[in-house]
Amino acid sequence: MVKIILRNQEFEVRPGMTLRDALRKCGLLPETVLATRGGEMITEDEILADGEVIKLVAVISGG
Amino acid sequence: MKCRKCGGKAVIHMPQHRLALCKEHYLAWLPEQTERFIKKYRMFTRAERLLVAVSGGKDSLSLWDILHRLGYQADGLYIALGIDGGIRYSAESQRLAEKFVAERGLTLHIVDVRRETGKTIPEWTQATWRGQQKPCSVCGLVKRHEMNRIARDLGYDVLATGHNLDDEAAVLFGNALNWSVEYLLRQGPVLEERNGLARKVKPLCRFYEREMAAYALLRGIEYIYEECPYAVGATSIYYKELLNRLENDRPGTKLAFYLNFLEARRAGLFAEQREVQQALHPCPGCGQPTSAPGLCSYCRMVAKSQESGVG
Repeated sequence: MVKIILRNQEFEVRPGMTLRDALRKCGLLPETVLATRGGEMITEDEILADGEVIKLVAVISGG
Repeated sequence: MKCRKCGGKAVIHMPQHRLALCKEHYLAWLPEQTERFIKKYRMFTRAERLLVAVSGGKDSLSLWDILHRLGYQADGLYIALGIDGGIRYSAESQRLAEKFVAERGLTLHIVDVRRETGKTIPEWTQATWRGQQKPCSVCGLVKRHEMNRIARDLGYDVLATGHNLDDEAAVLFGNALNWSVEYLLRQGPVLEERNGLARKVKPLCRFYEREMAAYALLRGIEYIYEECPYAVGATSIYYKELLNRLENDRPGTKLAFYLNFLEARRAGLFAEQREVQQALHPCPGCGQPTSAPGLCSYCRMVAKSQESGVG
């Protein structure tokens, strides 16, 4: 499985899907996050492999 | 996905521009575009002295970094709001702003809201009806007052803020929902200097919030990641979420919404209202300009809290 972490939330998705599909599966909009793998930013077409951990950076702030 | 410039591995894709770039070319592209917008909207020149309002967040620190890289004379202003919220929000923001300055040898002015106004922002929110309803509104009022005061007192030509396109589109969305023509008239990349108000500019107004976060991340700029405790549930964040849903289905929607508004206004939308635009009067309390005769919003808030004896 692939682990996706956003702040204190954790999601798990099946390997083999793109980041874009994984975000959709988790109910997240690609526009609201940046995805990193091993500290490097990745684009939405990246295929996620089994055992990977994807850390998301929330980008929206306000007030 | 490949970088359009070099064919290397892309780290960011911007569907609204149909553009993907690698780290190196993204970190070159964003300042180039900023320079283009500074010139396009005639924001300022290298001969002018800029004051950058810095919060410790990704947008304002990135803006300062970009202006510094581009060779502009830019000093910073940090306003200590006194917000803790269990996460030492203001203390941590200030630490990050000071770290940024120390790494680059820049000049940062620090204004303590409690020292200047007698109360921290949390105390102001408790002391006023307005603050209890909308804490961000009171915070914005105090910050605008202090930013203008410092820019004027220290003789800066221009006050620059890190508002990005998502910020601008959310404000525009709110103002359009309410048809707040007076606010719509004032919204734009440049608010010209008049009667004691410093010229205000928003060099990042055409970049998506995601692009600014990417710039900070790729440049290694350490910024306050935690949300302000008072911003939870803020209307601006709700509007941003709505606009991002549209953007997800129709890439480019946010950009078109903002740019088409600027173009429509330039072409004459609200022209009648512009003719009857209100004159500014000096506030008898602080001397800063205000649209109605009598005390400005800031001084009215201070006077009310003193009358009620709260805080």
